[in-house]
Amino acid sequence: MTAYAREFKRMAARYTSDLRHRGLIQRALKGYETKRDEYKGRYQNWSEARQAASEIKWEAINHLDRHLAEFITKIEARGTRVFVAGTGAQARDYIVGVAKQNRVRSIIKSKSMTAEEIGLNEALEHAGCTVFESDLGEFIVQLRREKPYHLVFPAMHLTRDEISRLFHDELGSEPTDSPEELTMIARRVMRKNYCAADMGISGANFAVAETGMISITENEGNARLSTSLPKIHIALVGIEKIVPRLEDLALFLPMLATAGAGQPLTCYNTLYGGPRQPGECDGPEQFHVVLLDNRRTELLADPEQRDALHCIRCGACLNVCPIFRNVGGHAYGTTYQGPIGSVITPHLRGLQDWKHLSASSSLCGACTEACPVGIDLHHHLLQNRRNAARERPSLSEKILYAGFVFIMRHPVLYRLSTRLAPVFFPLHRLVKGTFFDPLRAWTQTRDLPVPARQSFHAYWNDKMSNRKARHGGN
Amino acid sequence: MAATDQRNEVFARIREALRVPAPHRHAAPAHDAAPAPNDGPPASDAFRAWLPAVGPSLNDQLVMFAFNCNQLRTELRTLASLDEAAAQLALLARENNWRQIASHRHPLVLPLAEKLALPTLLTDDGYAIPDLERCHAAITGCDALVAQTGSILVSSGSAGGRALSVLPPHHVVIAQRSQLVPDLAAALALARERYAPNWPSFLSFITGPSRTGDIERILVLGAHGPKQLTVLIVP
Ligand code: SF4
Repeated sequence: MTAYAREFKRMAARYTSDLRHRGLIQRALKGYETKRDEYKGRYQNWSEARQAASEIKWEAINHLDRHLAEFITKIEARGTRVFVAGTGAQARDYIVGVAKQNRVRSIIKSKSMTAEEIGLNEALEHAGCTVFESDLGEFIVQLRREKPYHLVFPAMHLTRDEISRLFHDELGSEPTDSPEELTMIARRVMRKNYCAADMGISGANFAVAETGMISITENEGNARLSTSLPKIHIALVGIEKIVPRLEDLALFLPMLATAGAGQPLTCYNTLYGGPRQPGECDGPEQFHVVLLDNRRTELLADPEQRDALHCIRCGACLNVCPIFRNVGGHAYGTTYQGPIGSVITPHLRGLQDWKHLSASSSLCGACTEACPVGIDLHHHLLQNRRNAARERPSLSEKILYAGFVFIMRHPVLYRLSTRLAPVFFPLHRLVKGTFFDPLRAWTQTRDLPVPARQSFHAYWNDKMSNRKARHGGN
Repeated sequence: MAATDQRNEVFARIREALRVPAPHRHAAPAHDAAPAPNDGPPASDAFRAWLPAVGPSLNDQLVMFAFNCNQLRTELRTLASLDEAAAQLALLARENNWRQIASHRHPLVLPLAEKLALPTLLTDDGYAIPDLERCHAAITGCDALVAQTGSILVSSGSAGGRALSVLPPHHVVIAQRSQLVPDLAAALALARERYAPNWPSFLSFITGPSRTGDIERILVLGAHGPKQLTVLIVP
């Protein structure tokens, strides 16, 4: 077992036994489900909308070279500087370079999981910049020096009391138990930062090829402020965010909101097509779009799992996942949590190190059912397991199965084993789950089925001979 | 040292990766109107059959827009004349105790904003951020209102830049009845007709006042953007 797998097991055990934490997550997600179902119900046909979304993303990803080239040409034509980064390090270097060139000190950032993926904040802080996360949830986890708990709801694991104490300790605010007041405290702090920031950094939810625009979805207005007031705006965009046409957003924007957050539409859906244009009264002087590969092309090269790049990061699969709901977002140790994280992390960070996430699934298929772009998530988990086993077969499993086959092929041995099972079973009980138990990985948390006192064979033979005896007696 | 662009390498990797085609995962759809696999992605007017239904008449759409505004906590006032709109604005100014406002040169909006006779910052020729931050309200125009979602489409041109509609705590939109469109697809088509290929650098669908659910998933209005959003519809 790798160190990552051991850490995952340790954290998962800790979180699943924390009933308070589990209660919190279940409650938060209950409300989401009700709302999501209500708004899904307003669609005339959700399943066909979902299929259309999947087809559009299929087209975008399977002709990615063409669409990406068009996106770059169109957005550059309006004065945007596009940088294509092969790795996270190249993207970081470029962004740090722009910051240094422009003597940037203070940076306001709106939520971006892609920035998390490449450790952008650390790199910028290392270069002497101060980075303020402006999304309320991100702001809270940044103050706690924690990673986001969930793709979409970064601070869903915290109660208002914990947040109040945090604000009191870090910002010197008065304790309060009102979410509204807590939000206003963050608002006041952040207002100053928007006005003073030299640079704004954002992610993007979609990149429209045809018109050369990025689209950002948010509820708070923090991304709009971060991209309006500072003189420089940098958007970090994964290459898979492409959609071919502007009108495709008429489908994706409502579906993203409904599937991900149980909203009919997110509060602000904004398109940015360049820096401030002639005749416009505000907006940044410089607009940079950093397009990030960072091993996405490896996922692209696997036709079987290519559709994992269709993901619009709505978070629906996390919300419904029984594993996520019990182990929580921090146990995964990945940037992307939940089913989609378990599918793509092996591609982004190495199969052998991260295969354990694909094994931590009940394969119930709730994720596949919830995904608005119809990614076959639970089958991808199975494929990861298969690929991992193919790449590095396990000797003990091989021996186990060879032994099983041998016994099954030899009736004498089979009969002997059914006889011996009731004898060994009580002996096994004595060591069950302990160090001396060869099956402990399995039996620590599970019971073996009690062996029947009589095999079906024996039962049948008995029954038949009894019957004969009865008939013979008449 | 500046990082060097990896354009060629990344494109080469993409082309290499795409040499093996991926299967279309979805079986043929049950419905005739839906696209068959391999037919290319569906056209945007096909979306209408699947998204929430919008009534055909202007009146249906007004009712739907009003319903959505109510759910989103957008204040909506439908007014019979420009004079009524001016009176409504004056009422809002009194109720919310506006002492300075911001607006922009817009043929429909500016005359109404001027009737308030309050110190008014116009963003058209540039402005200092702290001055705009101090304003109690922003009065802007828009490109379209969307019945299906209760959204307002704004752009750099129609709403006085990027910040005017998001920095002050109260955003008031003045729109004409004729600006109401049924759905997002229609709003995007309208924007295309109006702007392409000289697109503004900023276009935004505003759907209700700024909000967050980041603390215990409890809804709070006015996270970073406006706490209040008012739409005045004039004939
Ligand atoms: S895999 Fe599907 S459900 Fe999960 S985050 Fe991505 S789009 Fe949403």
